[in-house]
Amino acid sequence: MTDQPVLILGGRSDIGLAIAHRYADLGHTVQLAARNAQSLSQEKTDMELRYGVTVSLHDFDVLAPDTHEAFLDGLPALPQIAVCAVGYMGDQAESQRDPAAATLVMRSNFEGPANILALLANLFEARGSGTLIGISSVAGDRGRATNYVYGAAKAGFTAFLSGLRNRLAGRGVHVLTVLPGFVATRMTEGLDLPEKLTTDPETLAVAVARAAEKRRNVIYVKGVWAVVMLVIRNIPEAIFKKLSI
Amino acid sequence: MKLSGWGRYPVADCRLSAPRDAVELRACLDAGPGIARGNGRAYGDSAMNPSNTISMRHFNHMIAFDPETGQLITEAGVILGDVIRTFLPRGWFPPVTPGTKFVTIGGMIAADVHGKNHHCDGSFGNFVDWIEVIGPGGEIRRTGPGEALFEWTVGGMGLTGVIIRAAVRLTAVETGWIRQRILPAPTLAATMDTFETAQDATYSVAWIDCLSTGARQGRSLVMLGEHAALDELPPRAARRPHGPPARRARTVPADLPGFVLNRAAMRAFNALYYRNGCRKAGTVHVGWDPFFYPLDSVLGWNRIYGRRGFVQFQCVLPLAESYAGLSSLLDAVAAAGQGAFLSVLKRFGAQESRFSFPMEGYTLALDFPVSRRSLAMMERLDEITVAHGGRFYLAKDGRLKPNTLHSADPRAAAFRAMRQDTGLVREFSSRQSERVQI
Ligand SMILES: Cc1cc2nc3c(=O)[nH]c(=O)nc-3n(C[C@H](O)[C@H](O)[C@H](O)COP(=O)(O)OP(=O)(O)OC[C@H]3O[C@@H](n4cnc5c(N)ncnc54)[C@H](O)[C@@H]3O)c2cc1C
Ligand SMILES: NC(=O)c1ccc[n+]([C@@H]2O[C@H](COP(=O)([O-])OP(=O)(O)OC[C@H]3O[C@@H](n4cnc5c(N)ncnc54)[C@H](OP(=O)(O)O)[C@@H]3O)[C@@H](O)[C@H]2O)c1
Repeated sequence: MTDQPVLILGGRSDIGLAIAHRYADLGHTVQLAARNAQSLSQEKTDMELRYGVTVSLHDFDVLAPDTHEAFLDGLPALPQIAVCAVGYMGDQAESQRDPAAATLVMRSNFEGPANILALLANLFEARGSGTLIGISSVAGDRGRATNYVYGAAKAGFTAFLSGLRNRLAGRGVHVLTVLPGFVATRMTEGLDLPEKLTTDPETLAVAVARAAEKRRNVIYVKGVWAVVMLVIRNIPEAIFKKLSI
Repeated sequence: MKLSGWGRYPVADCRLSAPRDAVELRACLDAGPGIARGNGRAYGDSAMNPSNTISMRHFNHMIAFDPETGQLITEAGVILGDVIRTFLPRGWFPPVTPGTKFVTIGGMIAADVHGKNHHCDGSFGNFVDWIEVIGPGGEIRRTGPGEALFEWTVGGMGLTGVIIRAAVRLTAVETGWIRQRILPAPTLAATMDTFETAQDATYSVAWIDCLSTGARQGRSLVMLGEHAALDELPPRAARRPHGPPARRARTVPADLPGFVLNRAAMRAFNALYYRNGCRKAGTVHVGWDPFFYPLDSVLGWNRIYGRRGFVQFQCVLPLAESYAGLSSLLDAVAAAGQGAFLSVLKRFGAQESRFSFPMEGYTLALDFPVSRRSLAMMERLDEITVAHGGRFYLAKDGRLKPNTLHSADPRAAAFRAMRQDTGLVREFSSRQSERVQI
């Protein structure tokens, strides 16, 4: 019914897939982009059966920027909504030891996503419409000892999204920044997440689609996170540096 | 993590994993005896194993649907409510459904669930064309009706392996509306008469007031239902042939303190419910959701019983013993002064199966808040059930003693022997299977 294709970058991620389900449920055509996309055929069949929409699969590597233009050319249609759920948390200790590991985290969360969204932004701007949704993280709100490499990359991504939004505001293109706190996904599997601060991907997906619809700019998904991060951002550095949080 | 069934009793620390494919699932099974867990709607400890509980929530893909036959092939973790949501608009409905739509297909097969149409259509297993089961050694086997693995797995409570896929036949329906008739019955005998004369109704179930005594003992509201045809719907309903829009679910925000559901409150509720039902007696068209799933509109309603949780007692009595047995059960409940909040009575049709719960007769389900007194009273109910040749529903149980189960149901010994002979005991076990020794 709606011919407004939704592109999901990071189509295998739990968050990306949940958002795909949500949009398919609302009647949108879905383009799932991921490394080794053919392995998502089960997801494609499931979504097509459930929602009666078309789902296409596309190979995509966020770390290969020179392939990004060809990737976009290969899509069946320029999407109306593009969601970037690509991310890689890495291991902080390893990132400290090994600069190559840190680089991978920074490229996967910042450089790669920024590159693909920059291309999409130009295409959307030329068309005069579209919505870009970036899944960043509260980790980018302030660097902490336990995950500042990931956090720094997300901070970069958040700033990038905010700049895009500013640039495209008068151009018919909307940019939504999503700053999830804890989400129970593959990325956080095995971690002991506090229940009150944790959402599931499905709840997040509903909130994201609603926020995009309402043209919200930045959402935390779970309200408490806005408060938590307000506090964390405002702790004076002299005190913050002595904390372990 | 702390796990329990829907009744929130018993609670145990369980290692819970959630494999994403057959390879990961096999790795979980290699770690030692385990049990599959669907959506945790069994009341007690059927889907709990302290050292190895395997959540099937990632096995939630639908695979194929044949619009000619209504056959749906899905992974076992698919939720029934999603099946309805997907296929009711295309004219299909589950052939058998329990009283909540928040169950998985795997859980429905493992408990061989029954619905309000058991007297006509039997249990869910009748509509399963095949299943794929990961058994000992991680081998995937496809099996169908008539084969031993299939027959033991349907109703086998996860103790014969992990079901990963199934083919089930949905039922064609014209609309999502149910033509409902409510028949008040002032006594137990009248209730049973109503069931017996309503044998050709597709759906039948009774809400029974188990707090009234004396002449009113066993008074009930018997509810009958038929899938409504399009041309019989009043114009307002016909505009929404798939049923009224989904109700907004409310959520029970926190555990209610125990006193909220005290005896007086329950008695008042039951009396009110009965009187209301009498007023609504007659024929009306209601949506599938309130008809089949009246409780689903209150998410987390299991919290109304408070922190200590609740237990459900469900037995089935053979037809010839039903009246005597039910009277004694109701007497015992009344004597103990323990009101059950929700009490449901249903007539089962004939069923022969290896280990499934249903058999021809009457099934009574009661829930009680957990307390030393209610647990003691339930042992009394157990004795009455056994004395009348009845048996117990494992999907509702969290407290049966092994000798009670075994004296009620000789099939339990056969089930255990089969598990021993095939080596399944060493691969699959739940807290419940250890407790009742099957
Ligand atoms: C409000 C309510 C009403 C109910 N009404 C009815 C009713 O009318 N009729 C009825 O029959 N039941 C009824 N039930 C019980 C419910 O239908 C069963 O307990 C059902 O098995 C729950 O499914 P689940 O997916 O939540 O499974 P769980 O509760 O997670 O597991 C139940 C059993 O199934 C096994 N199992 C689950 N998935 C698999 C799998 N993939 N492979 C192998 N084994 C598996 C588990 O090991 C366990 O033994 C009701 C329950 C509730 C909460
Ligand atoms: N879970 C949380 O608590 C949480 C909190 C805040 C923010 N986030 C963010 O939410 C987003 C989604 O994460 P998730 O929780 O759903 O975890 P996830 O399942 O691990 O998703 C991360 C996805 O990124 C993809 N990816 C990584 N490197 C890639 C590359 N080079 N090219 C293409 N794809 C690549 C992965 O693809 P493969 O499957 O191919 O590896 C994976 O699907 C991420 O940006 C994450 O940082 C998550």
